[in-house]
Amino acid sequence: MESIWTLISFGDQGWGDEIARGVVVTVALALATLPFGLLLGFFIALAKDSDEPSLKRAAEIYTTIFRGLPELLTLFIVYFGVQIGVRRIAELFVENPTIEVNSFVAGMVALGFVFSSYASEAFLSAFRGIPRGQYEGGYAVGLSGLQTMRLVVLPQLIKLALPALSNLWLILLKDTALVSVIGLADTLRQAGIAARVTKEAFLFFGIACLIYLVLAILSSFALGWIERWSQRGEAAR
Amino acid sequence: MSEVTANAGTLAAPPPPAKTWTKGRITGHALMALWIVAGAALVIHLITGYDAAFYKRYTPKFIDGTIVTLQIVTLSVMIGAAISVPVAMARMSQSALAGAPAFAFVYFFRGTPLIAQTFLVYYGAGTFRDALDAAGLWWFFRDAYNCVIFTFALNTAAYQAEILRGAIQNVPRGQSEAAAALGIPKWVIYSKIILPQALIVALRPYGNEIVLMIKGSAVASIVTVFDLMGETRRAFSRSFDFETYIWAAIIYLTMVEILRRVWDVLERRLTRHLKRGD
Repeated sequence: MESIWTLISFGDQGWGDEIARGVVVTVALALATLPFGLLLGFFIALAKDSDEPSLKRAAEIYTTIFRGLPELLTLFIVYFGVQIGVRRIAELFVENPTIEVNSFVAGMVALGFVFSSYASEAFLSAFRGIPRGQYEGGYAVGLSGLQTMRLVVLPQLIKLALPALSNLWLILLKDTALVSVIGLADTLRQAGIAARVTKEAFLFFGIACLIYLVLAILSSFALGWIERWSQRGEAAR
Repeated sequence: MSEVTANAGTLAAPPPPAKTWTKGRITGHALMALWIVAGAALVIHLITGYDAAFYKRYTPKFIDGTIVTLQIVTLSVMIGAAISVPVAMARMSQSALAGAPAFAFVYFFRGTPLIAQTFLVYYGAGTFRDALDAAGLWWFFRDAYNCVIFTFALNTAAYQAEILRGAIQNVPRGQSEAAAALGIPKWVIYSKIILPQALIVALRPYGNEIVLMIKGSAVASIVTVFDLMGETRRAFSRSFDFETYIWAAIIYLTMVEILRRVWDVLERRLTRHLKRGD
């Protein structure tokens, strides 16, 4: 039996480089999902916060669905559903089209849906924390609705929503592991391949777990820094 | 003053502002229309695609799968609750000897994906086959279902321990100090004073944790357990009918919604003494 150090070394003998590539995919997927999920979540929160009942209802249906479904099921529905849908459309033009949906994109969309529905709750409670006077003050000094949102409300909103969003980021990072099931070569999948080939399942899945832990620890450092940055205006008071 | 009251009866309320088609209203109606169309399309798809043989074949499988999912969730949440109590106690204790391992336990299970934990236990157990065989535990870890329960119970125990700890520490110190001053024994302070107040705070997070467990239990299907998700995947791989996933989604949503409603009723009932009369 080869020693543990050979197995996890970088190079032909070890699996270090394969797993490192997987880590890059994991981080890339989480980072790619984030802006999409944040933006969608923000708009859904706006819809839930509006006075228009139909808009509110439509947003609530969205969150009920994506917060109630298992992430794994959402992933499969997006992956196979899009595949079937695209094939139906392609069949109009070509016969027997071969459609392969990229698992990275499917994962991004599915995790984005889930992330946005939770993020909308975070944004919504942050919206509730901003007094009406802030909007009225913005209008009183002659800012347009959009300017008030961008210059007055949003900076405060980010500060208020940040703790909840930090938590959601950590959850998102863990949820990316599910995308390995539809074939994305992320950390968990690479570790799984290594485990199958070397028959050292405990070692490699243990390493995968530790990698997720390290990613979570690194994120909490970064998030702590962002949180301090968002509160930089408070020291003056 | 009298003028105001005199006029109050004769003055009519101002008319409500006319409902105009604002941007928000148009978007809202468009989005609602989209949902209604999507829902209708789904129902039409289910009706037109109705195939008696398909339903005859897969309905019992789906029922079995749902039962397995409920079993996994109930068992893991209950075992997890039992494990979470000592873990929470250790987390709150002053001694580092008890605190550090409990912290590591909680940090590990909350910081890593459930699917990776499940793989670690299910596939990793094979690495220690000889040792487990010697200890007479191999029969337990050989079965995917047992591994899933084992992992899920530990996972939810870590989350529940944090819920419990947060709730207990949320009870003001004065409560236990006052009780101690009255000479009430420690055990009674805990069970009659601290815990009843803590569990009300913990109720909502506990409900969320069970919902997370229902959703998380879908992971079991990856390690060959035929829960609802597992049966769905098997049915889809045989029939290539997307309906299977639609039905799975409906069942999962129903389970989660029922739990949420029950929890709302439970919470209203348990906190009714905290409501102020109008």
